[in-house]
Amino acid sequence: MYLTMIGLEVHTHLTSLKTKLFCSCPSDYVGKPPNSNVCPVCLGLPGAIPVFNETALKFALMVGLALGSRISDRITFVRKHYFYPDMSKNYQISQYDGPGTEAVAMGGEVKLRDKKIRIRRINIEEDPAKSIYPTGSMLTSTYTMLDYNRSGVGMLEIVTEPDMSEPREAREFIEKLRSILEHLGVCDGSIEGAIRADANVSVEGGERVEVKNIGSAKDVESAITYEISRQRAAVSQGLGVRRETRHWDSERRVTVPLRTKETDEDYRYFPDPDLPPIQVTASLIEDIKSSMPELPDQRIQRFMAQYGINEYNATVLVMDKGLADFYERVTLHYNNYPKVASLLINDYLRWLNEKDMKISQSKAGPEQVAELLRMLENGTITIKIAKEFLPRMIYEGKSPRELMEATNMTALRDMTILEDIVNQVLAENPEVVKKAKADSKVIHFLVGQVMKKTGKRAEPETVYKLIEEKIARI
Amino acid sequence: MNLETVRKLIEGSLTPEDYVNSTFDKIEKFRNLNAFTYLESRDKVILEVKESLKNRGRLAGLLVAVKDNISVKGMPTTCGSRMLKNYISPYDATVIKKLKAEGAVILGKTNMDEFAMGSTTETSFFGPVRNPWDPSRTAGGSSGGSAVAVATDIVKVSLGSDTGGSIRAPASFTGIFGLKPSYGTVSRYGLVAYANSLEQIGPFAQTAEDLALIYGLISGEDPRDSTTVKERPIDGNSIDMRSLRVGLLVDINEASEPPVRSKINDVVNRLSDQGTIVKEVKLGLSDYVVPAYYVIAMSEASSNLARYDGVRYGHSIDGDGNWREVYGKTRGEGFGTEVKRRILLGSFILSAGYYEQYYLKALKVRTMLIRQLNSFLREVDVLISPTMPILPPKLGELIDDPVRMYMIDVNTVIANLTGLPALSVPVGEVGALKVGAQLIGSYLSDLFLISLAGTVHESMHGRE
Repeated sequence: MYLTMIGLEVHTHLTSLKTKLFCSCPSDYVGKPPNSNVCPVCLGLPGAIPVFNETALKFALMVGLALGSRISDRITFVRKHYFYPDMSKNYQISQYDGPGTEAVAMGGEVKLRDKKIRIRRINIEEDPAKSIYPTGSMLTSTYTMLDYNRSGVGMLEIVTEPDMSEPREAREFIEKLRSILEHLGVCDGSIEGAIRADANVSVEGGERVEVKNIGSAKDVESAITYEISRQRAAVSQGLGVRRETRHWDSERRVTVPLRTKETDEDYRYFPDPDLPPIQVTASLIEDIKSSMPELPDQRIQRFMAQYGINEYNATVLVMDKGLADFYERVTLHYNNYPKVASLLINDYLRWLNEKDMKISQSKAGPEQVAELLRMLENGTITIKIAKEFLPRMIYEGKSPRELMEATNMTALRDMTILEDIVNQVLAENPEVVKKAKADSKVIHFLVGQVMKKTGKRAEPETVYKLIEEKIARI
Repeated sequence: MNLETVRKLIEGSLTPEDYVNSTFDKIEKFRNLNAFTYLESRDKVILEVKESLKNRGRLAGLLVAVKDNISVKGMPTTCGSRMLKNYISPYDATVIKKLKAEGAVILGKTNMDEFAMGSTTETSFFGPVRNPWDPSRTAGGSSGGSAVAVATDIVKVSLGSDTGGSIRAPASFTGIFGLKPSYGTVSRYGLVAYANSLEQIGPFAQTAEDLALIYGLISGEDPRDSTTVKERPIDGNSIDMRSLRVGLLVDINEASEPPVRSKINDVVNRLSDQGTIVKEVKLGLSDYVVPAYYVIAMSEASSNLARYDGVRYGHSIDGDGNWREVYGKTRGEGFGTEVKRRILLGSFILSAGYYEQYYLKALKVRTMLIRQLNSFLREVDVLISPTMPILPPKLGELIDDPVRMYMIDVNTVIANLTGLPALSVPVGEVGALKVGAQLIGSYLSDLFLISLAGTVHESMHGRE
């Protein structure tokens, strides 16, 4: 077993900020014409001076407190220097742990199902402009276009210790973090590019490789999986893994080399003389603590206690704040809470994922889901019928009652009709019946035949019991 | 009443046409001094003066010259550099907004050392500014053009910026008043940054009264500059010379050229005669002051000037290449030697390993100096020294010897490192050449300093 170490640097936009981090341009840049959302400050024009948007500090403190970090009592900004075309000033205003300067929060942890991931630090920083590569990718395009709408948007950089050892854990970390950020109301992770990550991956026998530009939790898992197998192959072939920075190509699903890193880049950090330090007072911390919303771990516990669902289901629901909120709205209309949970997790989510939809895009609201469950409970429809209805509710917005009227699909509950059909199926399949006598698994085939003849209207368990009894008597 | 010109324009005893035409005549007369990098057209200026006179602002119709590193909407902001030769600012600096709101009309932009890096206005891409009293000599820098515009009476007042003496040096060399305000009392928004923690925009004027008026109008907290302060400068009432306590920075004075030193001694003697208590104080740290200043200034400069890459605005080379090559060539062509020197040194100072060795040590000197000057200013009301340790040098005399050039800033940089207000007041001549005295006061005592400068000027020249 190779020892694998994975650490993440997660960049999360503070999408709830109305304006950019250091100017009053709107921070919502999605779908805006290129370079329409800019001013002297975020373009880095000569003479412009950044002014800190203090709401960002409140958000950063909320995140720090939620992760159990130690909060700095003096907020300082540094300039991180490097030349790059997406940089309006060729330095990024960020935070740094150096002489006289500190990140907004240090330490803390995120609990995953079976392990704790330690947080190294949380920085407030500005996003650079967006590069567009019109004739190919970052590595192949013959020219680059720049859109400064994103330049200066406020974000947090959340850096972990290398505490993860499997790609799955990295994915779970991002999902958990996203849920925490959404519960805090600081970041809407469903916005394209709102949460991005760089992954540091090393395998035994090799040096650390940084993979940049990973755009989603799913891709974090894929990129790390790819990177681990690439590195292991290199190590086992005796090629070794040198320290380098690679780029995640989400189209080709591979990592490609960007630059080798012999030593740490020298960013020439120094305190930004335009941004005086800000004192974080105890009363500010108290205010934030007392107005903290319910966090995912608390919500999981509450779901288990209040709704009587198991930890696994509670966790799946809460990992997606939108789904958890939806769940709670269904429970207002239908009180068999575990049934709600299993329908949402096993069926509802599957249909959303099928079409890569967010829960907010679904056309089946909480009342419709509750109605479906009620019809199932009082025997109007069977579970099979419910599963037929659900995708049409989600995609087309039809109510279960409408669907029932339109399709004539109701539960077949007349036992004499059902017995007739069962007898008919047994008579048509004498060979199968023989086999079923020896092997009860074969009964499922007969159940299937009955379901077909009833147009899926029969209750499969009832049919199974009926066939079992009849075969026993033969 | 300050600013006779405004009064006459409002009264009608001076017509906008006569005012503007005589101004342009003077510009023509002193063209050889190379004070301006940009002038608004005569017709446009006449129109704007007329327009301005409709609203009787405190500066109604007044023409003001502005250093070419302060953004004026629609005008070039070249910073005396090839890098920004064709850059037009799309917005007004806060100080410009404030002056325009009072009716000022911006006449044009004035020549300066490239990105304000220099003490003689010789590093400008547009050539050196000459001293009106001896055109073979420097007018001082880096705000040389703004000082000359006032000294030649082209304008009554102008704006400069002072990072290490860039207002006071040319004020001294051209025989006018120039103020480096208390740090944080004037917004830097729109001032192209050279060394943010050191610099302030400040006025030049022919009289102490005008200096106070302009300072009053441009100062104040600005939401666009977080380093500005709420506190307003303390009022400068008439000064009783008999209860005044003056500290002569004796080691600095001793280190000055003899004719400068003797002029300052004259001033001190005159003050003494008027009953002022004069104490001699010794700065002591003077060996460390200039190095500390340049370490901090160059560090900030290397960072501030990183943005000039030719992508969004400014000079850019013709021709292709990968972006690193294009950036390198663009910056290589766009910046002059002194600017490159400071960027390179600043980048070196901020790099890992040297940061502690140089930058943090410089900050320690800065802290010590602040303690030192504040302790002096508990014992005396004002510190006095020569503004410049030498008389205006010949053009070309210092430009190739950067260390000697840096050393002439020793008297002025102490005010920038400490954030204290300081000004230069004309105190006389040595032959045709002007000598200025520097007054440094406690934080926010700007108006007191200006009023004292008026008194000192009067006692040296007699009431006009």
